[in-house]
Amino acid sequence: MYDFEYLKPKALAEAASILAGDGDAKALAGGMTFIPVLKQRLNKPSKVVDLAALGLSGIKVSGETVEIGAMTTHATVAASADVKRAIPALAKLAGNIGDEAVRHRGTIGGSLANNDPSACYPAAVLAMGATIVTNKRRIEADNYFQGMFATALEQGEVITSVVFPVPAKAAYMKFANPASRYAMVGVFVAKGPKGTRVAVTGAGQNGVFRHKAMEEALAKNWSADAVAGVKTPADGLNSDIHASAEYRAHLVGVMAKRAVAAAG
Amino acid sequence: MPQVTLSVNGKSHTVEVEGRTLLVELLREKLGLTGTHVGCDTSQCGACVVDVNGTSVKSCTMLAMQADGAKVTTIEGLAKPDGTLHPMQEMFREHHALQCGFCTPGMVMSAIDLVNSHPEGLTEEQIRHGLEGNLCRCTGYHNIVKAIAAAWPLMHGKKMAAE
Repeated sequence: MYDFEYLKPKALAEAASILAGDGDAKALAGGMTFIPVLKQRLNKPSKVVDLAALGLSGIKVSGETVEIGAMTTHATVAASADVKRAIPALAKLAGNIGDEAVRHRGTIGGSLANNDPSACYPAAVLAMGATIVTNKRRIEADNYFQGMFATALEQGEVITSVVFPVPAKAAYMKFANPASRYAMVGVFVAKGPKGTRVAVTGAGQNGVFRHKAMEEALAKNWSADAVAGVKTPADGLNSDIHASAEYRAHLVGVMAKRAVAAAG
Repeated sequence: MPQVTLSVNGKSHTVEVEGRTLLVELLREKLGLTGTHVGCDTSQCGACVVDVNGTSVKSCTMLAMQADGAKVTTIEGLAKPDGTLHPMQEMFREHHALQCGFCTPGMVMSAIDLVNSHPEGLTEEQIRHGLEGNLCRCTGYHNIVKAIAAAWPLMHGKKMAAE
């Protein structure tokens, strides 16, 4: 790892100002992806700005929304009685990210800022039509994800929370890589205030995407049979040592069917 | 050089580190606590798991500076000063839950957190799910799972409700 200056500001404005003023400064949330990236010397930040002292963790549930602070860990979301009651699919998703020790450090804000094409949270955010709240603005999920490791975030922009509209039905199913627990394919289905939506992670070359054909089929008929007939083209899907694009395309169908069945 | 002040196994330390120093490097190289192992160095194997402020974390994937002000417990901090083993260590011994022993410090630290965070009881499935971040290449895990199930009543002072 290249050395860097470690900073732990106590105010959001200070953190944002350091990041805005230095393009080589990087924000550190839970570090579960960022620290391995640093170890591989894939990134050489001048400063690492730890967001841990900004008071950005916590969960607020109102009747229609669940708001999760950016620095809330996966373990906290998974164990939250409020999240389990309002959006059980989200608590379950958080409880299956990585492993126990990773869930104790990894955060929802970190996951979304990184936008790993195989991460779980992007599927939940896109399928439920959540809103990403930053120090500057509110970004709708449909405008936030902009390709592999690419997001709408600008330099100096820090995610502060994520607001999920509570869906009537939702479920997430992933086919996990047995070593990394990242999604080889993960499908989140939701029926709620933002419509009937299906988001796929782990499969697309450009990261998480909405499966419009499945959304149309489910809007007409919410059942596992409805998605069973929908073909997923292999074009644009990932091919690697773990699975070919054709295999991933098949898994999208299988995970979608299981997710709809689980959502009830 | 930046300084980090933290408590390790009940003893306070102030140590000079670099921004990039990992918590596991601080423990092993600065404090000489080599019971915490580095297996994969890619946050997958769990040999480096220690307790930070009451939860298990992979010390190879945490900066030393992030542990400023933290209370850290390592495998060396479990046994009593007279050598009496922690119940989890004792159950690992009794159930032959180790062979080469390389993964054992991380296994024991993860297992203790798992038992502490499940006062309502632990099923075998929950134990196996809880150990997904700890790899063992010798035992096949069965005896580790048995040891953890056996340690639960000792640590909670009662019988497991699910049994």
